[in-house]
Amino acid sequence: MARMKIRKKAEQRSVSRTLFSQAQLNRPLGRVAYWSSFWVMIVLFALVFLFPLYWMATGGLKSAQEFIQVPPTLVPTHPQLSNYSTAWTDVDLGRLLFNTTLYAGGALLFQLVFDIGAAYAFSKLRPALGNVILFMMLATLMIPATVLVLPEYLTANNIPFLHWSLLNSPWVIWLPSVTNAFNIFLLKRFFDSIPEELLAAAAIDGAGPLRALWSVILPMSRPILGVVSIFAVVNVWKDFLWPLLVLTNTSAQTVNVGLNQLSVGLPENIFIAALAIASVPTIVFFLIFQRNIMSGLTAGSLKG
Amino acid sequence: MATINVTRARAREVKAAARTRQRVPLGRRVRRHATGYLFMAGAVLCFAVFSWYPMIREVIMSFQYTNFAGNTKWVGLENYRHIFADPGFWAAWRTTGLFTLFALIFGYAVPFITALVLNEMRNARSYFRLLVYLPVMMPTVAAAFLWRWFYRADNTGLFNQILNFLHLPTVQWLQTSHIVSTLCLVLFSTWINMGSGVLIYLAALQSVPGELYEAAELDGAGALKRIWHVTIPQTKLILSLMLMLQIVGTVQLFLEPFVITGGSENTTSVVYLIYQYAFNFNNYGDASALGIMLLLVLMVFGGMYLWLARRVEQD
Repeated sequence: MARMKIRKKAEQRSVSRTLFSQAQLNRPLGRVAYWSSFWVMIVLFALVFLFPLYWMATGGLKSAQEFIQVPPTLVPTHPQLSNYSTAWTDVDLGRLLFNTTLYAGGALLFQLVFDIGAAYAFSKLRPALGNVILFMMLATLMIPATVLVLPEYLTANNIPFLHWSLLNSPWVIWLPSVTNAFNIFLLKRFFDSIPEELLAAAAIDGAGPLRALWSVILPMSRPILGVVSIFAVVNVWKDFLWPLLVLTNTSAQTVNVGLNQLSVGLPENIFIAALAIASVPTIVFFLIFQRNIMSGLTAGSLKG
Repeated sequence: MATINVTRARAREVKAAARTRQRVPLGRRVRRHATGYLFMAGAVLCFAVFSWYPMIREVIMSFQYTNFAGNTKWVGLENYRHIFADPGFWAAWRTTGLFTLFALIFGYAVPFITALVLNEMRNARSYFRLLVYLPVMMPTVAAAFLWRWFYRADNTGLFNQILNFLHLPTVQWLQTSHIVSTLCLVLFSTWINMGSGVLIYLAALQSVPGELYEAAELDGAGALKRIWHVTIPQTKLILSLMLMLQIVGTVQLFLEPFVITGGSENTTSVVYLIYQYAFNFNNYGDASALGIMLLLVLMVFGGMYLWLARRVEQD
């Protein structure tokens, strides 16, 4: 309790002057204007951002008749939890969620290993022509992913020289996810800020490049690693066009692609229940990591 | 001042590095380069296979007649001529352009204005930030289907239910006209994407020094004048960056028409048309030519951005 009060006070003090000064808001008229606009915003935000989610969750609980009733019921009269279990089995949501988690986890791992390795090489090992390669990677930032979707698909279907098809295997999500030049750029910039002397000291102590990366660079890079990891996971979870093309087997699909395929032929209330279930994992993920996600978002965009 | 110090430190570093490089024996130097290449090998391979090679292939395919069966022959500029003659091509650009325009009016202004208002709120800050970011975290397709349900033309869609409740005439949302359908897509796109914009703008607004507002107020500037003369100049870098990202993002419109309208009412976008050329009409050449055109348009915007950024810096 006491700690909360202290925190609140500190927060109030740290709020610097904005468009309107505190003195202005403390006047009677200012106070009325502030509190009325405050409550308008609270209600508006609840209506715009919470109500659609509430409508989805309760829509999934309604019976087929209640679902199309005019006027609608704000609270389901006979909530049917069975809709959710039917949605879970009919859409095979367990598999879709498992697939997406597997793809996101693997993409995270590959991005961390390969992109950190590359950024470390560009920043600290600096081999000949390193800057040329870095430039070629950063140049891909100018080429939007959707432009390359077709040749990328053809390449994934028939890897040069090896003639393997990666379609419908996790590799087709994992390996292309490494070509995230923005991550490499963020990591390299962060590694650049780590003093050379620390590495020299590590080298004197007999640490090789890998050891220096593991015990000197990585422990210092936790904030940027958090940012990169979160966006690696979120990107896989939100991607649609690429998985739509390369994951055609029902058993290999992601949540996005699976929902798109099963949208026809299901009763509507069941489908809405499926949408609600599919939204739960990322929203829970967000509620757990909200602090990191929000600070990462601003750090990634302002400094990047 | 700080930059000068950094530059000096950097120059010293480079000199020191040059000195050590002279002393290091050849074998060690070769090993250092080799280790460097080893560390970047994974990323370089992935880039080569999934980024650089497809880019070259896209250019080549745009001059070829080629399809799934693999019959390939050179046709020069025939693909380009072919898609120019396709009425769907112009319709797709019109949709994409209209969407980009509406997205600039709504999708760009709404997050900034929201951030301006939220920045004045002294209470419940985390409530606002949490709520505005919730849609961003939904699986995109789930959110799109949710909105397709809201937009239903009969009386069971949420929006028509609300209009009913207010005793207003209902609207055939996605089936009225090209412009209304595109507006509906922009509305959804703004809802799901605005969270990141609002949070980024909030961070930028918090870095605006309070003394500037104080000074402007002493000079007799009202709230709107303070926004115009203090807030916007102080945040113009992030504003122009977000403008560029917004344009590049909206020109690549695909998911919204694909899921919500299915291309009805002429809402097929350019990327959707690429998809149709390639996977419905089995014509890879046309798809690649259209991809190259999209790339050129985006590069024009990129160039305009760079030119703008330099002017902003000079001012």
